[in-house]
Amino acid sequence: MSLHATKHRRWSKFLSAAFATVCLLALLSCLAALVLLLWQVLSHGIDWLSWDFIRDLPSRFPAKAGIRTALAGSLWLMGLTTIISVPIGMGAAIYLEEYAANNRMRTIVQTNIANLAGVPSIVYGILGLGLFVRFMALERSILAGALTLSLVVLPIIILASQEALRAVPPSIRHASFALGATKWQTIWHQVLPASLPGMMTGIILAMSRALGEAAPLLAIGAVAYVPFVPSSLSDEFTALPIQIFNWSARPQEDFHSVAAAGIIVLLLVLICLNAVAVFVRYRTSKQIRW
Amino acid sequence: MSASEPSMTISTDNEQSKVVGVSTRLHESSDRRPKLARSSDELAAARSKISVSNLDFFYEEQQALFDVTLDVPEKCVTALIGPSGCGKSTFLRCLNRMNDMIDGTRLKGKILLDQEDIYRPRTDVVELRKRVGMVFQKSNPFPKTIFENVAYGPKVAGIRKRSVLREIVEHSLRKAALWDEVKDRLNQSALQLSGGQQQRLCIARTLATSPGVLLMDEPASALDPASTSRIEDLIFELRESYTIVIVTHNMQQAARVSDQTAFFFQGKLIEAGATNTLFTNPEKTQTEDYITGRFG
Repeated sequence: MSLHATKHRRWSKFLSAAFATVCLLALLSCLAALVLLLWQVLSHGIDWLSWDFIRDLPSRFPAKAGIRTALAGSLWLMGLTTIISVPIGMGAAIYLEEYAANNRMRTIVQTNIANLAGVPSIVYGILGLGLFVRFMALERSILAGALTLSLVVLPIIILASQEALRAVPPSIRHASFALGATKWQTIWHQVLPASLPGMMTGIILAMSRALGEAAPLLAIGAVAYVPFVPSSLSDEFTALPIQIFNWSARPQEDFHSVAAAGIIVLLLVLICLNAVAVFVRYRTSKQIRW
Repeated sequence: MSASEPSMTISTDNEQSKVVGVSTRLHESSDRRPKLARSSDELAAARSKISVSNLDFFYEEQQALFDVTLDVPEKCVTALIGPSGCGKSTFLRCLNRMNDMIDGTRLKGKILLDQEDIYRPRTDVVELRKRVGMVFQKSNPFPKTIFENVAYGPKVAGIRKRSVLREIVEHSLRKAALWDEVKDRLNQSALQLSGGQQQRLCIARTLATSPGVLLMDEPASALDPASTSRIEDLIFELRESYTIVIVTHNMQQAARVSDQTAFFFQGKLIEAGATNTLFTNPEKTQTEDYITGRFG
């Protein structure tokens, strides 16, 4: 082997190893940031976390402050947002993927949805304020909050569902059509079941995003201090991120620890959501393997 | 289809199927019979199931088929051969209008199925595809159980009764020579079957809609020799009740399974005739060059 070739080989070996190291460092810095964050939150808040904290209403005194109304508000918002955005989002995705002709109009709509997914959530908050709170006169109700959050997550749900639909091999559709199935039968019996795991994953990710949003809710005028658990769609509400934001903005040191405890609750809810996602994906994808 | 009796022939075929007596007599004897392709006289005597005349086909501006005229005799196997890209698969997909699904395709000419133009405006494409079944090159079972795969066609056609469905499933699997291998695991995922079994399942699934015609697009090209020969045996048996059109790259296969062979080249039908004649005594030099392996 010539000297040149040996040199070249050594150099490319070095490059390969260097690249692997750089990628590893990137991963480690991500992990470090995450560990640091969790450590901060846990060390501050774990002592304040108790059943009383979850059961109690908000209070001026850190020791008596609880997260009950915010937790209830967040769960209400999640439920309503799911009911509103999932059927619309899945419907839009199915139309775009399965029915829409591949023309300019579709390209324009598609580009706009992709852009909407990147619009800062505060913008949706302002839209919600104008459209739902003022124009539809829903006031600062939990329904107005859920509708606003639906605007935030709709583009994400549509894009994720489209992705899932596209992942179903065309051969499955062809087989179904060749057996004399109509378009509706093909979508309902073959395409949807096969794409459901992917869709569920996308939907749950979108819901996790909605759970953590404070900005659009603040924009429509949701307040932190709500001394009761919402019991109807027109009730005032607060949500976990708003409550946490409020606590951490207070001057008393103890409230910062209460906020940390609130963050732990928020994270726990998120973990539960993700666990459901993993479970659903596992259950539904067990039969579906290409 | 009546709900009480899952007959494997469709109503439109009932009157005509008695006419072709020649073919049925040939194979009533033993199960290990010699493979006999039909002679040109027998082919000429058979009723024409599909009749294609002056077919031009376009993808966008590109013409893929030029003035193809071909008769497919009933209850015979017609093989379409030719080099890659010669238009044989396109031709096959015209016969059940699967090409409709590709944007920007258009077609001129006439295709008659049982004397009816399948491209006239009021044709019900869904109904057509129940009468003209298709088996694809790559086996594509649904990610469901074996039972659900076979029962899907009858189900979308509106058959709900479990007992009827079970009967159709068993009948179709038997016809596709798969019943004995899967009868104890009908509720297992179809994707656990071997490649050859999956392809036979796809054939069974197609038979379950009781089509008169079976289109096969290189059904054995992804299979090992043993599975291939099982599929070929199957095709030979199915010829008793179905009109079969098969696309194949493999000329030995065409020679083994078919009664009639059509040779396509660059979108044109060069020559068609009884398989025995075409392979031993082709009229055109292009055909001879291809089947003797001089090009293609």
